[in-house]
Amino acid sequence: MSVSSYRIERATRASTIGLTLLGLGLVGLLLLPMTGDRSTMRLVVEIAYFLALAQMWNLLAGYAGLLSVGQHAFIGFGGYMLFALVAHAGLSPLVSLPLAGLLSGLISIPVAILMFRLSGPHFAIGTWVVAEVFKLTFFEVPALGGGSGMSLPLQAVRDIAPTTQARELIIYLTALGIAVASVAAVYFLLRSRYGLALTAVRDSERASASVGVDTFKLKLGVFVAVATFTGMVGALIFLQKLRISPVAAFDVMEWSAAIIFIVVIGGIGRIEGPFMGVAIFFLLRETMSDFGTWYLILLGLLAIAIMLFARQGVWGLIADRYRINVFPVERHVHLSDAARPSSLKTSLKPSEKHS
Amino acid sequence: MDWIATLLQGLLLGGVYALFAIGLSLVFGVMRLVNIAHGDMIVLAGFVSFAVVEVLGLGPLLSLAIVLPVFFAFGYVLQLAVLNRTLGDDLLPPMIVTFGLAIVIQNGLLEGFSADSRKLSLGEVETASIALAPDVAVGVYPLIIFATAIVTILALQALFYGTRIGREFRATSDDPEAARLMGINTKRVFAVATGIALVVIGIAGVLMAIRTTFDPLSGPVRLLFAFEAVIIGGLGNIWGTLLGGVTLGLAQAFGGAIDPQFQVMAGHLVFLAILIIRPRGFFPKVAH
Repeated sequence: MSVSSYRIERATRASTIGLTLLGLGLVGLLLLPMTGDRSTMRLVVEIAYFLALAQMWNLLAGYAGLLSVGQHAFIGFGGYMLFALVAHAGLSPLVSLPLAGLLSGLISIPVAILMFRLSGPHFAIGTWVVAEVFKLTFFEVPALGGGSGMSLPLQAVRDIAPTTQARELIIYLTALGIAVASVAAVYFLLRSRYGLALTAVRDSERASASVGVDTFKLKLGVFVAVATFTGMVGALIFLQKLRISPVAAFDVMEWSAAIIFIVVIGGIGRIEGPFMGVAIFFLLRETMSDFGTWYLILLGLLAIAIMLFARQGVWGLIADRYRINVFPVERHVHLSDAARPSSLKTSLKPSEKHS
Repeated sequence: MDWIATLLQGLLLGGVYALFAIGLSLVFGVMRLVNIAHGDMIVLAGFVSFAVVEVLGLGPLLSLAIVLPVFFAFGYVLQLAVLNRTLGDDLLPPMIVTFGLAIVIQNGLLEGFSADSRKLSLGEVETASIALAPDVAVGVYPLIIFATAIVTILALQALFYGTRIGREFRATSDDPEAARLMGINTKRVFAVATGIALVVIGIAGVLMAIRTTFDPLSGPVRLLFAFEAVIIGGLGNIWGTLLGGVTLGLAQAFGGAIDPQFQVMAGHLVFLAILIIRPRGFFPKVAH
C-alpha cells in the first residue's frame, strides 16, 4: 500500500454542527445585554468564569496529569494582585486584569519547582498547603485589608465606567471574552505539536518520555500557563464582586472542589467536558438553592459515582455512544487503499485511562 | 524558662499531629492511597462521639466503645464497596472519590449539626497539670494524647510484625501482584487496613474533640497537618510520622510564641523548608 494515498481528517460533520451551534449561542449571549436583564447577566458572568476555570483545570489535570487541589491559590492571588495594582499602583482595573494574571504566572514558577518534588497524590495536597500559605500571608498584609479584606476604591470603580449599567456591561463582555479565550487557548494548544505531546503524556508519561517528550518542561509550561490564566480569572471574579478577603479569595470549596467536580462529572480530558460539567453544576445549584448545601452533597456523590461507573464523564458517555466531538482535536486517518478499512482512527482520542 | 515551656508544649502538640497522621500514613503505606477525606473523618468521629454523649449520656471516653467498632465497620465497608474499585495506575479516581467523600461528610455534618463549634468535656483532667519546675508545668491531658500516639504506634508495629494479617499488609504493600499470587486476598487486606486506619482516626477524633473545639468545616486543616507530618517524617515510616508530628508541633509552638497569628503559618513554612532541604522526609522507606 502506498503511504501517499491517505488524507487526514480533523473536522467532522458533528464538529461542524456543534461549533456552529456554539457560535450561535455566543451570538445570543452577546445580544443578551439588550434585554437589560441584569440578574441573568450576572449569572452568565459566573457561568463564564466557572467555564474558564474548569477549562484550565481540565488542561492541567486531564492532559498534563497534574492533579492540583490548590488552584484556588492562584484565583485568590490574582484577585489580590488586581486590588493591589488598582489601590496602590493607581492602575485602571481593566489594565490590571492581565497584569494580575502575569503576576500569578510568575509566582507559580517557584511553586511548581517546589511542588514537582512531590509525587501524584502528594502533589495534590501539597498545592493545597501552598494555597493555605497564600491565604495566611494575605491575612498579615494590612495594606490589603488584613483579615477583614478590602473594597475596591470608589474612584477605581468609577474608572471602569461612570454608571453601574455600563460597568456591568463591560464586566459581562470581559467575562465572555475570557471564557471564549480559555476554550480557544486549550483548543489551539491541543491542535499544536505541544498538544500532541500533551496527549501522549496523558496516555503514558513513560512512553512519551521515551520518544523524546521533555515531560518536566512540558508540565512546568502547562502549570505556569494555567496559573496565569487562572489568576486573571480570579482578578475578574473579585473585580465583579468589588470586594476581597482572604477567606473568600482562598475558598477551597468554591474555587477548587466545585471546579474539580465540574470537570470530572462533565468528562475529564475533553474540551467538551467542562461545558457539560458547568451546565450540570449550575442546573443543580439553581434548582436546589432552597435546600442549603444539599447541592454540594449531590455534586460529591455524583463525582464519586462517575469515578466508579463512568470515568469518561457525562460528555464521554454521550460522545462514545453517538461518536460526537464538537472540538476537532483528534486526527482521523483515511486511507484510499481499498484493501484497508476505509477509516482508521489514530490513538488520539481520550485514553483508556479515562474511559 | 519560657522557651522550655514552649518546647514542652510543642512536643505535646506533636503527639496530637502524630495521632492525626498515623491513619493517613497507614492507608498510604498499605495501598498507596491518599485519603483527602482524612481530616473530615477525624471531625466526623468527634461528632459521632458528641452524638453518643448527648443521646446515651455516656462520657466521651466511654463513647469510644461505640465509635471505634462503628468506624472499623465504616472503613471496612468503604474500602470493600468503594475504594477498592478505584485502585490502579490512574491516580484520579481515588483522589476524586475521597474528595467527594470529604464534601459529603462536611456538608452532611453542616446539615445535621449546624455550623456551631462543639467540644466534649472530660472534667478536671482537661485542666490538670503536673509542675516540673516552678515555672514549668505540663498538662495531664496533652500527656495522655502523646502516650496514646506512642501506644498506637507500638500496637500497629506489633500488628505489622507479629501477626498473620500484619505479614499480609507488608506483603501487599511491597508487591500486590505477588501477594495475590501467594494466595492473599488483597481486597480483604485493604479492607482490614482501612478498618484499622479508621479505628485510629476514631481515637484521634474523640481525643481531639476533648482537647479543642471543632466544627463541620474544621476537617481540611487537620488533613493538611496530618499530611505535613507524614511527608516530614518520610513516607512509609510510622516512627518517622511521630517525628514529623513533633517537628510540626514544635514549629507551631515556637511560631505561636513569636506571634499567635504566626502559629499555623510557621508549621506550613517548616514543612515547605523541609521539602526544599530533604524532599523525601527524614526517614523515607518508600519512594515518593
